[in-house]
Amino acid sequence: MLEAIRCPNGHVHQPPHPRCPDCGERPTDRVDLADRIGTIVTWTSATATPPGVREPNSLAIVEFDLGTSEVVTTENEGSEGGTVRTIGGLTTREIAIGDRVRPVYVEELRDPEAGIREPTSQDWSGYRFEPI
Amino acid sequence: MTVCIIGASMTEFGRRDAWIRGLLAEAGSDCLDSSEVAPEAVEHLLVSNMASGEFEGQTGIMNALAHDLGLHPAYAERVDQTSASGGAGVYSAWQSIASGASEMTLLVGGERMTHRSTAEATDVIASITHPVEYKHGLTLPSFAGLTARRYLHQYDAPRESLARVAVKNHANGTDNPHAQFRKEITIEEAMESPIVADPLRLYDFCPITDGSAALLFCSEEVAKSYTDEYVRIAGVSGATDTHVVHERDDPTTMGGVRESSKQAYERSGYDPDDVDIAELHDMFTILEFLQFEDLGFAEKGRAWKAIEDGRTERDGDLPVNTSGGLKSKGHPLGASGVAQVYELVQQLLGAAGPRQVGAEVGLACNVGGFGNCVTTTIVEGP
Repeated sequence: MLEAIRCPNGHVHQPPHPRCPDCGERPTDRVDLADRIGTIVTWTSATATPPGVREPNSLAIVEFDLGTSEVVTTENEGSEGGTVRTIGGLTTREIAIGDRVRPVYVEELRDPEAGIREPTSQDWSGYRFEPI
Repeated sequence: MTVCIIGASMTEFGRRDAWIRGLLAEAGSDCLDSSEVAPEAVEHLLVSNMASGEFEGQTGIMNALAHDLGLHPAYAERVDQTSASGGAGVYSAWQSIASGASEMTLLVGGERMTHRSTAEATDVIASITHPVEYKHGLTLPSFAGLTARRYLHQYDAPRESLARVAVKNHANGTDNPHAQFRKEITIEEAMESPIVADPLRLYDFCPITDGSAALLFCSEEVAKSYTDEYVRIAGVSGATDTHVVHERDDPTTMGGVRESSKQAYERSGYDPDDVDIAELHDMFTILEFLQFEDLGFAEKGRAWKAIEDGRTERDGDLPVNTSGGLKSKGHPLGASGVAQVYELVQQLLGAAGPRQVGAEVGLACNVGGFGNCVTTTIVEGP
């Protein structure tokens, strides 16, 4: 699941926060972005990456339009619109702003043992994006 | 109460033999000497530093420095606002004097970084990120690459305009005896340097640096009992933006710059047109554009044109980073915001040597994280 939150005022955010960053309300709904199609807002390809990270590391900010974005499965039907952005790796450097992409699940995005962050303090799985 | 700065110092920036305690003591001791204030007069000591524990395994550095400078029993506190720790220290020092809690406050910022590899130092700094960013290997340089690409796309700006920032700041740095790099570069060299975070290249980034800087604060009444050579803090403020960078509505706008400067302008009574000189946080060239716009010096999407027109050169109408900026001076994290104000003090007191420009009002903008926390300081001359 690529989890986002929606608050009673309709603000959608990814990643989840205990309170809505826009209005301070407690979120009431979860939205799964994993089966949706998004659009590249911007991207980069970084060299000189930190320990345990692939090199080069291509990354993008991806926007999902919840009102119109294609839903691959039926589970997400009934969403109430709005847009939400996320960030993640790319499966390729052949990409441009405006390209449409889909999330691809990766079990371990970087080596949890190699960096400064305590390995058991966080999740290391997630989604990269591939062009469609 | 008007808060003044009566002493200022900075160490040589670059690759240094001294470790964090030695660097802080060097700047702190020089600052006391510069104002002829005795150690026992200092009531509060603030130490701006991001990560001495992570870089060096030395924590509690405010107590170490209080002891090393003979300041105890002065109250001592470490100020951490990541890359903006120095500016945060200026804000805290202002509060300590303005509230009446302290009659004399010494602020020392510093960082020791060069003993780490680039990959390790990048990881220490990237540890500020949210887990969803960290797991993808996001780093501060990669945020800069993402933002630069969006900026060039959104405003149809030429890639060369970013190189001009590096060329200008390197040229300014050649006249700064404290700078890490004192070497001019050309647009061609900048445009052909290795890619670090596409579309940004090596010369779009500041180096990894050791160094320290210090400032001494008191009321104007106390200042006058020591010297005629002091500057006044006209307004200072700080603000935060989202921790998670991609959650911002517009990736090319820094909300923390807008909010902190709005309040600093209000407190000072000045507006952007009144500012004669600015020290901006050019950790990456693209940041000089974003701050220039969000501080109100140019319309959104037009900073690149101001740089191309020469407005920010030393002989322009608003010189930016006469010190050489973080780009050529270097960026010892906790020291940088303090060193920005050090440069403004030199300029406002007419002590900047070959870098001297005519200025009565100066502004410093110190950016933490990728705009996660920002301070703006406006100072005026005697």
